[in-house]
Amino acid sequence: MGAGEQMSQFSDSGATGPDGRISPLSVGPAPTAVMDSRVIGQRSPIVELVDVWKSYRTGTISVDALRGVSLRIAGGEFVSIIGPSGSGKSTLMHILGCLDLSTLGSYRLAGVDVSEMDEVELAEVRNRRIGFVFQQFNLLPKLSAWRNVELPLVYAGVERRVRKQRALRALERVGLADRVEHRPTELSGGQQQRVAVARALVNEPSLILADEPTGNLDSSSAADVLGLLGELHAAGRTIVLITHDAEVASAAGRVVRIRDGLIHADEAAHT
Amino acid sequence: MSWFETLRSGMEAIAGHRLRSGLTVLGILIGIAAVILTVGLGEGATSQVNSAISALGANLLIVTPGSTTTGGVRGGFGSASTLTYADAVALGSHVDCPDIAAVAPTAQSETNVVAGTSNWTTSVVGTTASWLSVRSRSIEVGSFFTAAQVKGQNDVAVLGSTTASELGLGFDPVGRTIDVGSVPLTVIGVLTSAGSSASTNEDDMVLVPITVAQSQILGSDSVQTIYLEAGSSGTLGAAYNEADDELLSLHQITTPTAADFTITSQSTIAATASSVDKTLTVLLAGIAAISLLVGGIGVMNIMLVSVTERVREIGLRKALGATPAAIRRQFLVEASVLGLAGGVLGAGLGLIGAAVLPHFISNTISIEWWAMAGAVGVAMVIGVAFGVYPATRAARLAPIEALRSQ
Repeated sequence: MGAGEQMSQFSDSGATGPDGRISPLSVGPAPTAVMDSRVIGQRSPIVELVDVWKSYRTGTISVDALRGVSLRIAGGEFVSIIGPSGSGKSTLMHILGCLDLSTLGSYRLAGVDVSEMDEVELAEVRNRRIGFVFQQFNLLPKLSAWRNVELPLVYAGVERRVRKQRALRALERVGLADRVEHRPTELSGGQQQRVAVARALVNEPSLILADEPTGNLDSSSAADVLGLLGELHAAGRTIVLITHDAEVASAAGRVVRIRDGLIHADEAAHT
Repeated sequence: MSWFETLRSGMEAIAGHRLRSGLTVLGILIGIAAVILTVGLGEGATSQVNSAISALGANLLIVTPGSTTTGGVRGGFGSASTLTYADAVALGSHVDCPDIAAVAPTAQSETNVVAGTSNWTTSVVGTTASWLSVRSRSIEVGSFFTAAQVKGQNDVAVLGSTTASELGLGFDPVGRTIDVGSVPLTVIGVLTSAGSSASTNEDDMVLVPITVAQSQILGSDSVQTIYLEAGSSGTLGAAYNEADDELLSLHQITTPTAADFTITSQSTIAATASSVDKTLTVLLAGIAAISLLVGGIGVMNIMLVSVTERVREIGLRKALGATPAAIRRQFLVEASVLGLAGGVLGAGLGLIGAAVLPHFISNTISIEWWAMAGAVGVAMVIGVAFGVYPATRAARLAPIEALRSQ
């Protein structure tokens, strides 16, 4: 699969919706296991957590942050995970984002079991399968908007010329075509978060994970970013939004409530 | 992430902290410049000593009286006056010593010399006609005294160029009369300047026939040094043995270890001098290397600060798919760029120092290309070596911990 083809698929999925729903493509040569799983991936859910436990050990005290969480998220879903602080939602987000491994239980991401992967394999999965949007934006201040957006492609080993093309398209997609050379400090909070969203999109991930994406924004910028996530969902993206704010959570079609390390409720949002 | 991308990212990180990076580079820079300069000074001193020694003359053996050699260090001229002009004459016999091509005994003392209204205290050296060739010197004006003039005790003198000018005889000295310790001598020639070595001025002396010196000026028939010239470097060993045997038999000494004279070859002097020199060079270079080590610790320090400061960035890069190896490489490249920059700039400063310093100190500094290349290489290695620990720390950071930090 050439870069050009990926480009066209990227624009398809960006513009025409359900066609490019799952976007199982990865950039460059992917491990065989991942390639083979594409067929399965299209039928099975994007996220499939089965009885996931996560324990932290602090000295002699062991804390169970997750106590048997099972969750399925289908391709194209927009799901909010809501819970108060200490509920385990951050731990869940880390596991969903392959930033951390569960103590017990299995996690299949786009059909691939990631629960036994080592650090290097997880890095590759994050690189190809997941797009992160953080509360703090986490943009590198010395780099211009497009250079921030291209970062995942740098680690994927994509050629520079192609990287720039794709970064510019992603920025165009989030409405920042005229800000590509601006540094984060020259952008408003809302614009910075849009750059972060573009960065989350640029690798055509299976899953976009947004962790309190509106936490640092004023209400109009927050609405703006949520609107953008809604648009991406409408275009077929699978999005998981982690928040403590019920109003923000209601932007999604499905709300998963988590409390004390357990899923407390899983319901369609009532907007 | 390709090497090019890694390098670019490293350069950007360095450019992002100009002052801090500059100071780190300065630490390495000073160390490298110090190493280059001290090694250059050592090399310069060695070549200076070597050229001074080779200026003594080729295939030279030096016989000195009553001096001992202990552990390679010559005890210096002994107070014993065991060598005589007769010894020198015997060594000059081609029957007993066929491999000794020429003999030049010297008997000298510091004496006041008067020429007209000028006077000047200098070495008055009594020697033979062979001195000129044995010491590889030449005559600028006039002529040197001949064997016949030595034998005939002619009252003649040859001046060093410095002596000539100090006595006001710089212009047309030949035929003028000088009083050496109240003995009137006629100047018949002036030596070509040999240049001064670090310790002695080879141009400040008055040469007189040894016969004249001994009978009229010194009042003694002992000589301080006998210079022997072998026919070639191949017969130097044979000449040494002949001189040794001849002098032992002349002095009626049966056990060679009890010899009341010492024969040194030019190469042993050179070896002694350069070994002293090497010790000094190693010492200086050691001090410079310590400053380089301190520079390396500076790199490590700054890299650790950089890692701590950029924990969030590392976390983000990991979240975006950077492997631990990619992170480690990024910081290693950064450290080695700092080291390399320090090395290149330090080499530049070393070169400037080598060009400028000799104007303020008497030593020459010879910069060798291998010292330059080595120093730059070492600087880079130091960057990498002291970057390993910070880079490994960065690579080991757990992404969630890193992202969580403020």
